[in-house]
Amino acid sequence: MEFKKEVLELLAEICQDDVVKENPDIDLFENALLDSFGTVELLVQVEERFGITVPITEFDRDVWNTPNNIAAQLADFK
Amino acid sequence: MTPYGSFTFFFILAVLLTPTVILGLTGRRFQNYNMFISLVALAIIFAGNFRGTIALIIFTIWQVLLIKAYLVYRKNHNSTLVFCLAVIASILPLFISKITPMLGTVNWIGFLGISYLTFKGTQLIMETRDGLIKNGLPLIRLLYFILFFPTISSGPIDRYRRFEKDEKAELTQEQYKLLLYDGINKIFLGFLYKYIIGYSINHFFIANLRFIAHSDFQNHLYYMYGYSLYLFFDFAGYSAFAIGVSYIMGIKSPENFNLPFISRNIKDFWNRWHMSLSFWFRDYVYMRFVFWVTKKKLIKNRNLVSNLAYILLFLLMGVWHGLEIQYIVYGMYHALLMVAYNTFETFNKKHKWWPKNKVTHVLAIIITFHFICFGFYIFSGQLFHKGV
Repeated sequence: MEFKKEVLELLAEICQDDVVKENPDIDLFENALLDSFGTVELLVQVEERFGITVPITEFDRDVWNTPNNIAAQLADFK
Repeated sequence: MTPYGSFTFFFILAVLLTPTVILGLTGRRFQNYNMFISLVALAIIFAGNFRGTIALIIFTIWQVLLIKAYLVYRKNHNSTLVFCLAVIASILPLFISKITPMLGTVNWIGFLGISYLTFKGTQLIMETRDGLIKNGLPLIRLLYFILFFPTISSGPIDRYRRFEKDEKAELTQEQYKLLLYDGINKIFLGFLYKYIIGYSINHFFIANLRFIAHSDFQNHLYYMYGYSLYLFFDFAGYSAFAIGVSYIMGIKSPENFNLPFISRNIKDFWNRWHMSLSFWFRDYVYMRFVFWVTKKKLIKNRNLVSNLAYILLFLLMGVWHGLEIQYIVYGMYHALLMVAYNTFETFNKKHKWWPKNKVTHVLAIIITFHFICFGFYIFSGQLFHKGV
């Protein structure tokens, strides 16, 4: 649970919007909270903070679409 | 024979695909047969073009050797220099084929589809470096992926891991039936787009502009909109054929168009127009460039990084279309639009200058449409070559 909270914190920073913490099932791409640039920032931060390397083409927007899903995917990568 | 270019081609397709459909509808595996017809179809497409055939064979051997060698190398090493050399080597045939016509020599290396096939080789090098090709690369599947005939001449550009998943899938009779209906539907949509709407625009409007337009300016203006619509219906029609035939063969080739003329802004447009190309550049050029710059902390300013990446992406995309002046200017034009829009978006996030409602939405679509059409006007080359 601690890890998930940290991921949500990070997403809130990158999207510059606390809505991702309030509604972790929101679609980040459909609501223009995240774009290609934000995605890269996220991947760089994930590598620096959690030491998890996610290749760019592994980030499929259909699967990594909501804060909850991203947290789950990252947990799998750990 | 040009793929999807004549009635004869569709007739041959129908004959070749009949066993595929029967196998699929009875729930049996058909990919071995599909590989076989891929070869037959290639032979028909390249028949009578000896030079092109040789170029295709050499290109394929080159890419396969390169990918296999890099895969072996990558098992124990990971040098950036070797990776860069491998990427350059995979682009080299395309580069030579683009540059030779400029030098006035015979283009011995180019063939129908080289621009599109290059994307398949380069992405495999990149994904190998990322450690994503875990299951190895069986030679037959690799060849099938590179030479998959429905998309050979002009895409859509598929991804290996997506293709592999479809190729391995065991389809039930019911699943195949849906795929088959979808495929046939797409092929008929292709007929409507390419051979009815696209043909009419070209034949009745563009070809008669001399009689319709009253001045030189009008002539160019009408040409701009006519050509934009023609380009869409022609290419979207072709894509529908390619995707439809892929579906019938059990491969769900990615979509290329999603109503591009209702784009709200230029960013939205590139998520809707020639998507398999723009997504390729997004994933393998834009994002990788931003990742590299951000990680190395080369540039602090986020907007500058993003804008530089857009400029790199669109200049590359322009050059990829060809080294002729209109393609280079087309790339520069879209780079400029992206940078301008990016700047506007940042400004608007802060100042909320452009409200979000139904009226502004419609207005945004209309404004974007005209900018897009002007881009296609540049692309058509009319701006640089006098007279329509």
